[in-house]
Amino acid sequence: MATETTAAEGSSLVFHPMDQFIVKIPDFLGGGTDLQFYSITNVTIWLFFSVLAVVGLLVLSTSKRAIVPSRMQSVAELAYGFIYKMLEDICGKEGIKYFPYVMTLFMFIVTANFLGLIPTSFTTTSHFAVTIPLALAVFLTVTILGFVKNGAAFLGLFWVSSAPLALRPILAIIELISYFVRPVSHSIRLAGNVMAGHAVIKVFAGFAAIAVISPVSVLAITAMYGLEVLVAFIQAYVFTILTCVYLKDALHPSH
Amino acid sequence: MATEPIAEELAGSCVDSYGSAIGMPQLCFDWFPNQIFWLVITLVVIFLVLSRVALPRIAAILAERQGTITNDLAAAEDLKAKAVEAEEAYNKVLADARTEAQRIAAEARAEIQSGLDDAIAEADLEIAAKTAESEKAIADIRASALDSIQVVAKDTAAELVTALGGKADAKAIDSVVDAQTKG
Repeated sequence: MATETTAAEGSSLVFHPMDQFIVKIPDFLGGGTDLQFYSITNVTIWLFFSVLAVVGLLVLSTSKRAIVPSRMQSVAELAYGFIYKMLEDICGKEGIKYFPYVMTLFMFIVTANFLGLIPTSFTTTSHFAVTIPLALAVFLTVTILGFVKNGAAFLGLFWVSSAPLALRPILAIIELISYFVRPVSHSIRLAGNVMAGHAVIKVFAGFAAIAVISPVSVLAITAMYGLEVLVAFIQAYVFTILTCVYLKDALHPSH
Repeated sequence: MATEPIAEELAGSCVDSYGSAIGMPQLCFDWFPNQIFWLVITLVVIFLVLSRVALPRIAAILAERQGTITNDLAAAEDLKAKAVEAEEAYNKVLADARTEAQRIAAEARAEIQSGLDDAIAEADLEIAAKTAESEKAIADIRASALDSIQVVAKDTAAELVTALGGKADAKAIDSVVDAQTKG
């Protein structure tokens, strides 16, 4: 990327599609990219906005506790019912205990994704540093919970008892690998989708500098933006539903 | 996107001297601790807000709404039952009124009938009395007519006998006329 940008310097067509993902201390706090772990950065600010959005959506909107809900309260109830039903359908009644945890994941990802679609904002969920801890948390929760709830029987998850006996060791290896790949795919899927969409929009925005192409570019950005709105929700949904599916493995490890 | 080169010491291993990203900023491990630190804080805050405030509140709202709906349905069921009851009472009153009306009508009819029967009986008696009277009158008339006929017949017979040159025997004529008029 660095060589490309230096090569393109001087011409009007300069792409820095990845610059939007740079973590830095905002200018009003001194600027710079040399960070301590406690430095307040653009990540901090947009994570904070995420918290604000969640509080606004789920707490402030329901403050009236209206029997006939206002619009925002309807959205809050809809989100609640959506995740609650998903968890109940997949994990059954025992899964309801983990509802606040699953809801936290969903609400954080969905608000972070949508906040990232605001122009000039920073998309926290486009970073592996954010999605890997999320996925690892799910992975560790499921693994620990699986062993605590089922003991050694949790290993039955890898022993496909419905398969012919000769195949079972091979399947066990495949299952084991797929189990450990889960957090990788889980985190990269989310960050990759969000990052790719934002980078593509930025590339199209770079083309807008050329007057002849700019109408096409603007149309393409509009189309991409629509797609990204979809992706923002779908990826949050996918992350959450996979969390539920993994949680089901911990609660009912038999195939 | 800085256009001016920034100081070398401000540029880390992930950003070049123009402030542009070197490679993918997602893979700049220098920034990981910062992001993870703030992420954990964010998640903890969201989790606490959701589990302590938002989710119980929304659950309460939904339960309350469900309760209200159930109550309203029960009330509606109640009102419906009342309506059915009222209709039954109305129908009962209507049926009572109808039987009462029929009873009154039957009574009136019976009363009229008995009055009529009395009148008819009275009329019959009267008619019978009149008939008897008339028959008696007719019998009188017939008797008197019979007597007259006998007198006339005897007279005529006596005259005829005399005219034929015989001698009228009053006793013989009386017996003959009596025998003739009897039949």
